[in-house]
Amino acid sequence: MYVFIARRLLLAIPTLLIISLFVFSLQKLLPGDPVLVMAGEERDPALLELLREKYHLNDPIPMQYAAWIGNAVQGDLGISLRTNQPVVDLIAEKLPVTLQLALMSMSFALLIGIPLGVLAAVKKNTFLDYLTSVLALSGLSVPNFWLGIMLILLVSVKLGWLPASGYQPFFVDPLLSLKTMLMPSFVLGNALAASMMRHTRSAMIGVLSSDYVRTARAKGLSERAVILSHGFRNAVLPIVTLSALLFGELLAGAVLTEQIFTIPGFGKLIVDAVFTRDYAVVQGVVLCTAIGFIGMNLLADVLYVVLNPRMRASM
Amino acid sequence: MTVSKSDPTPDSRPAGPVLAVEGLSVSFLTDGRRATVVRDVSFEVAPGETLAIVGESGSGKSVTSLAVMGLLPPRVSRVEGRIRLMGRDLSSLSQTEMSAIRGRDMAMIFQEPMTSLNPVFTIGRQISESLVRHLGLTRSAARAETVRLLEKVRIPNAAARFDEYPHQFSGGMRQRVMIAMALASKPKLLIADEPTTALDVTIQGQILDLIKQLQEEENMSVLFITHDMGVVAEVADRTMVMYRGDVVETGTTRDVFHHGRHPYTRALLSAVPCLGEMGETTDPERFAVVDMETGERLPAAPVVGTVDRGEPPVLSVRDLVTRFDVRGGVFGRRTGAIHAVEGVSFDLHQGETLALVGESGCGKSTTGRSIMRLVEPVSGSVELDGFDVLDLGGSDLRRMRRSIQMIFQDPFASLNPRMTVGASVAEPFTTHRLGSRAEARDKAADLLERVGLSADMSSRYPHEFSGGQRQRIAIARALALDPKVIVADESVSALDVSIKAQVCNLLMDLQESLKIAFLFISHDMAVVERVSHRVAVMYLGEIVEIGPRAALFGNPQHPYTKKLIAAVPVPDPARRGIRRNLDVEELKSPVRPLGYRPPERRYRTVSPGHVVMEDTL
Repeated sequence: MYVFIARRLLLAIPTLLIISLFVFSLQKLLPGDPVLVMAGEERDPALLELLREKYHLNDPIPMQYAAWIGNAVQGDLGISLRTNQPVVDLIAEKLPVTLQLALMSMSFALLIGIPLGVLAAVKKNTFLDYLTSVLALSGLSVPNFWLGIMLILLVSVKLGWLPASGYQPFFVDPLLSLKTMLMPSFVLGNALAASMMRHTRSAMIGVLSSDYVRTARAKGLSERAVILSHGFRNAVLPIVTLSALLFGELLAGAVLTEQIFTIPGFGKLIVDAVFTRDYAVVQGVVLCTAIGFIGMNLLADVLYVVLNPRMRASM
Repeated sequence: MTVSKSDPTPDSRPAGPVLAVEGLSVSFLTDGRRATVVRDVSFEVAPGETLAIVGESGSGKSVTSLAVMGLLPPRVSRVEGRIRLMGRDLSSLSQTEMSAIRGRDMAMIFQEPMTSLNPVFTIGRQISESLVRHLGLTRSAARAETVRLLEKVRIPNAAARFDEYPHQFSGGMRQRVMIAMALASKPKLLIADEPTTALDVTIQGQILDLIKQLQEEENMSVLFITHDMGVVAEVADRTMVMYRGDVVETGTTRDVFHHGRHPYTRALLSAVPCLGEMGETTDPERFAVVDMETGERLPAAPVVGTVDRGEPPVLSVRDLVTRFDVRGGVFGRRTGAIHAVEGVSFDLHQGETLALVGESGCGKSTTGRSIMRLVEPVSGSVELDGFDVLDLGGSDLRRMRRSIQMIFQDPFASLNPRMTVGASVAEPFTTHRLGSRAEARDKAADLLERVGLSADMSSRYPHEFSGGQRQRIAIARALALDPKVIVADESVSALDVSIKAQVCNLLMDLQESLKIAFLFISHDMAVVERVSHRVAVMYLGEIVEIGPRAALFGNPQHPYTKKLIAAVPVPDPARRGIRRNLDVEELKSPVRPLGYRPPERRYRTVSPGHVVMEDTL
């Protein structure tokens, strides 16, 4: 088991290096000069040169990369060109916001997707199954931004039940924080719930037709025990892997959702940074996201092994 | 130890039957239409009695047993007729009432021990679950009782294995676990659906004996579903033969075997090879053909004069070694090796059939694959039709493969479902660029006729054919390049008894007309005795005994060969009372640590061509 985790951690290092290289080069290939943005209206060549010197932009690109990655390893992601704050501080400030959004969206996805998927599998080829399929399909097809705007119009503007936008830190006012985040996380989780439901359904259908489920029935267990204990416990394995993969989709979706609901999270941070060529921030945020994604997948792999005794043995 | 049982007849017993089935019909709803798969089946099982239901695929035997258990999918199946268990009518019960009876009054074990246990729960939990449900035991009481049950099915070190998972058990051990689970609440009726079909023959013997022994101890009735007449002869008091959903014959096992009236019963029995029946004959012999209408039996013809031992062998294998690495640790270092094939040598002549027999993991399939270079051997030499196989590369390798072709076990998986069978058969011909498209088409048509199909079938797709027909197509494909040698890897194992006999006859016909040499890889000793000229017995990657068929079966020398032959169930009801050794023996593993050097082996020649390894392994 520890060998397994150690092996996966070792594998994460080259992955992260490749990602960082990719992010760094992409940034260099993008059109636009950050110095021009910083300097504002006055394009004094001397000032531009000074700024370039200050941010080591005249160094050869490999050296710039080496310097950046060297600092990054020590927890220093550079200074934002726009606000002059350390990037690490900016990330630390926005991370909890996006984390809360991600967690709540994931909960929505799991809480809606899994029970509906199990239900659809048990009631395969009946009206209930078709109904959940239609629901899932509409969940997948409705664009996030449209659903978001419609919900704001209905729930906030018309009914006034929930705040339309903004963010409240959880530890300041938990209730308000949850209320503010409810709509955005529903919008974001809704699309994930649909694919979660489809996958749960097919995993459950496979498991329910397996020999060991027949054995469980032959033993005389109640249908509930057969489906939930013998069936679902096996179907959950592919769902774990899927959840980690969906986490990536979640982060991508967060960018748009945060824009709609004006939530000051990662999404907003990166969009602003891209528009102002604030490359230190872009690099930092992307690297952080990549670490998060890799971490989630590592967690999923470990969980998979914990849940699956066959894997445990081969560790 | 040997307890002979009187033949119990239902009327001689005061108590009523444990199971009484009257007019059972089962139909399935497929694509909006009802298809009846079991028609008007009636039978009874008396207390302590074993009734065997025999039949081939599609006979409805498994569906009958699942209907009794109430395990058919309710939405798509319709069950009519009366099923009474100890006088209680099951057809009127609800699903919930039924689930209270399942596993308590009647229990079932299945064919596939590898997939019938839930992989994520410990076997202890899976057995005690049943105890908690039906007997209302507490968890600790259930644990103690589970350990007792595991001991009862002779699982060594039972208490320690309670917390282990199914994957830590071998197939035979898992079947013991299934039996322990079925016995948990002392059912009156045990339904065993092909419980030994997926097991190796020595393990099969152990499980059959275990079931017989436990049946006596618990005075259970057993409904035994099988396609294997040898197993029937060993276990069943009475036998019921099913054919395409109908019962064609019921009677005491002795009567059915010796005085079977229905043509199908006779056809089935004549298609069953009986180990030892070939005696001193040296040539392979075709299976007798029984006319399904009249029940008339046409005599079997031997395969004569296909082998000329004066010629050099067409395939010559020397000291073949194939190993697979076992890796582990953080960096995936080599931690050991599977010695799949270790120092294997043999010759195969034109027109000869050499059988490689052995149980799972003995290396017989890997040997076949190594010879074709489908896996890379570590060392040794293989000479095939003038090619030094292990030194070939690129285009030479392709040319060599024209001389040797393979037929696989699963006729359903080995044909591309999206290619017409004509295209499949012609494909080797076209990929080796042996002629034009028109020639390829003609060749395919010709080959299909040769294997007993008709040329106009070539535009059809595999799903339109039965398993036996598909295997014929696979044989036609193997013949497309006019090979000298065909490796038949368990090629008839997945087929029904009667189809198996037909396909074996076809192989022997082809051998006679085309002088093909077969490397016949099989675990089925009785079939091997029928089709082969010479036999090699493999164990743990090595040939422990090789020789002419009559010599090897008539005078087996190596302990493993003897054990293998003794374990084969013979379709003769006189062996009804047979008991074998109940010792729990597992197949050994050919996984060796790094740096393992296989020992030098000594061999002894028993008679000309009959060589046996001196070491016992």
